[in-house]
Amino acid sequence: MNDRIRRIAVVGVALLAALIVGSTYWQTWAEGELSARRDNAIQLVAQFKIDRGDIHAGALVLAQNRVVKTRGQTFYFRTYPHKKLAADIVGYSTQGRSRAGIERSLNDYLTSSNSDLHTLLTRIANSFEGATVRGNSVWLTLVPGAQYLAQQALGSECGAAVALDVKTGKVLVMATSPTYDPNLVEHHFDQIGKTQAHCAGPAPLINRATAGLYVPGSSFKLVTAAAALESGQFTPSSPFFDPGYCIEFGKHVNNFALESGGPEQFGNVTLAQGLQHSINSVFCNVGKKLGATKILDQAKKFGFYSTPNLETPPEEQRTSGLYNCDKHGRCRLFFPQHDYQVDPGRLAFGQERLQVTPLQMAMVAAAIGNGGVVMHPYVVDKITKPGGGVLQTTKPKALGRAISPQTASELTTMMESVVTGGTGTAAQIPGVRVAGKTGTGETSIPGVNQAWFVCFAPADNPRIAVAVTLENQLHKTGGEVAAPIAKSILEALLKQPTA
Amino acid sequence: MSYRNRELANLLVVGVITGFGFASVYIARQDVISASSLSYGIFFLCLYAVAHVVTRFTVPNADPYILPLGGLLTAVGVTEIYRINPQDALRQSIWIVIGLLAFTGTLVLLRRDYRVLETYKYICGLGAVGLLVMPALPGLGQRVNGARLWIHVGGLQIQPGEFAKLLLIVFLAGYLREKREVLAQGRLKDLGPLLLIWGAAMLVLLETSDLGSALLYFGIFLAVTYVATGRGLYVGGGLAMFAAGATAVYKWGPSRVHQRVDAWLDPWHYVHTIGYQTAQGLYSIANGQFGGTGLGKGTFADTAGNVLIPDLKTDMIFSALAQELGLIGISAFLLVYMVFALRGFRIAMIAEDGFSKLLAVGLTFGFAFQTFIIVGGILRLIPLTGITLPFVSYGGSSIVANFVVLAGLLLVSDRAQVRTA
Repeated sequence: MNDRIRRIAVVGVALLAALIVGSTYWQTWAEGELSARRDNAIQLVAQFKIDRGDIHAGALVLAQNRVVKTRGQTFYFRTYPHKKLAADIVGYSTQGRSRAGIERSLNDYLTSSNSDLHTLLTRIANSFEGATVRGNSVWLTLVPGAQYLAQQALGSECGAAVALDVKTGKVLVMATSPTYDPNLVEHHFDQIGKTQAHCAGPAPLINRATAGLYVPGSSFKLVTAAAALESGQFTPSSPFFDPGYCIEFGKHVNNFALESGGPEQFGNVTLAQGLQHSINSVFCNVGKKLGATKILDQAKKFGFYSTPNLETPPEEQRTSGLYNCDKHGRCRLFFPQHDYQVDPGRLAFGQERLQVTPLQMAMVAAAIGNGGVVMHPYVVDKITKPGGGVLQTTKPKALGRAISPQTASELTTMMESVVTGGTGTAAQIPGVRVAGKTGTGETSIPGVNQAWFVCFAPADNPRIAVAVTLENQLHKTGGEVAAPIAKSILEALLKQPTA
Repeated sequence: MSYRNRELANLLVVGVITGFGFASVYIARQDVISASSLSYGIFFLCLYAVAHVVTRFTVPNADPYILPLGGLLTAVGVTEIYRINPQDALRQSIWIVIGLLAFTGTLVLLRRDYRVLETYKYICGLGAVGLLVMPALPGLGQRVNGARLWIHVGGLQIQPGEFAKLLLIVFLAGYLREKREVLAQGRLKDLGPLLLIWGAAMLVLLETSDLGSALLYFGIFLAVTYVATGRGLYVGGGLAMFAAGATAVYKWGPSRVHQRVDAWLDPWHYVHTIGYQTAQGLYSIANGQFGGTGLGKGTFADTAGNVLIPDLKTDMIFSALAQELGLIGISAFLLVYMVFALRGFRIAMIAEDGFSKLLAVGLTFGFAFQTFIIVGGILRLIPLTGITLPFVSYGGSSIVANFVVLAGLLLVSDRAQVRTA
């Protein structure tokens, strides 16, 4: 009988061994996946027992902990001392409404559950000691003074402003308006819903700088001009005749209308003057000659048709490009297979079905300022360990070359003329050479414009690139309303020694 | 060193571990609990001392490891229950004292020769069925979580199934010892009484929806029959019957069975309904990670103090332990079960007579398989069915019954050691 007892013993012990294997699976292999699940009620509470890392920008702490002791347990709840400052980037971490922004995308780092070896060892050591787990801190690239100024400048308008470091791709300012106070999310969410602003859907929780899709209007002429110069078929002095319109498919496409009525007419001009005065007919003719695909290929090189991969959550970022919408209002990114699918003339001056984010337009300006090389934008400068010491620092990364250095320098000269004597004179800064381009996108409602200004400075040694956009501007142009805001952001940032 | 001195040394080690356990819960939760928690350590030391003195007089040559191992598991259980709710730990401690009385009573009554039980095998078999029927009787039974497993006697809640299991093992061991030769030759008519009593037990279990126990009895039955007869055919036939029965119950049986299987296959699809318990149990285990949160530092309740895992202190106590002890701790904990089972099988091997061997196999395999059913259910190896974790779960009947199992194994081993010495 003992042989059989031995066999049964093997079965019994094998069953118990299977339990150890099962525990190992759930506690190591599947642990990360389980703790990330939104229906994980344990994590929802346990996350708040971790001394979450702070989020800094410059000398300011934008997110820190409020310690609450209840029923023998210590909880670390979030508080945001500077309220609306960079709220859409920082986001929030709450029990009731989960997380958003950097609080969401970098949750692993903030709770020290990232898979970095040092963090892992510290965490295990802490858990053996029974000590509270302390998260890593995140330092943003934002410049608080300029960020504050940009948010003030946007005021109660709906829109966004982005400033990038031309050489590195650092996001120095990322303002969106209207925004919200993250302290209200947990218990006073209804107050956020009541936010008022000068547009139909204020949606303060949406970061318009990365997730707002807008008609670029004439600001897109930078991309068209780049494609034209890169093609070798045009130079800045290529001649055009502007009758006030351009004929496409047998119909008239008019220039921007003067307030006195009727379109502007410029007669004999060059490509450079076309950009300086933002003449639609000139770009319409460029578009016809190049074809839509060539322009869109150039746009791709600037970063269109791919997500910018900022450190904020992917679902809070949109991709720029042409969008096809069905009758239910569902829109999908669309790249034409044939030139005839897109109207090249209207595409060339930023109409057609183009939809862009403010971040993307800032990237276009920054790439021109950077001699043609597109830098990967980033908003997290470094992550530090709880005891001090740097865990990781973001290194600038080039995404690729969009245009040749020669094209970049020609475009810079053309953009300078926009500010010195064209549509963007409101962006002039005494003693600083500013290169810029205005944009006044026509929306589906006549007279209601999407105002743009994209620029960089100093033109002779570019450091800062800025894109500003404002929604719902009644009979106002980008040069009138967006350029002054871009100018004040530039001024604030150019004063910064290291930016 | 003599067996009993070895046992004493082991018990002292267990006492120290127990003291550390309660001390860490106290340190982690001193904001809400008083220093009286430390008295639990002394309480356990006294209990161990009493149990040890009893074994010295009744079973001097018995295995020196299983009592300390059982004591360790009990202490871990009470520590965790104490951490979840101090009042429950007090009640559990009273049951442990009662369990110890049952332990002592069993040892004293059967110390001369426990094999007299063989004479009463049919009474045991019928008694088992009788005990199982009790909760189903109107007026006596009580339904908890969809299963009728409890009866009320003078304000006490008793789960007769825990004791029926013991009687059934005695019946199986006695009957199969007598008939094993003829059964091994394939005389199927001798299966009659066996199938009758076992079948009745299964029917009652299905009727009361005690699926975990049904599976457990089935496993014990197959294991003991195999050891007695050595016929793979019985095991194969049994498994085939089980597969057919399980399919039939899944298709036509109570919706409760269907739900358990669906919640097992994809708990996340039903995470707010039938899959909630399984999913939150796994979340709790996963939160322990490698090192565990530490005793007293796990997360089982929301910020308002509501417990997040249903049946945490009874069926789901493993998920609480796994979170606080981590992979390292819970593996050690499971190894304690493994060593206990190995000692039990060793006792079965060295036992002289067929009845002793079968009794020890039944008790030991029942212990191991019950652990597998509940922990495997929590770990999603099999569908989750409500059954207690031996020595650890909150619940009086379970504690008392497991102390009787312990006594039974000590009796068998004492006799075997005397014979082989």
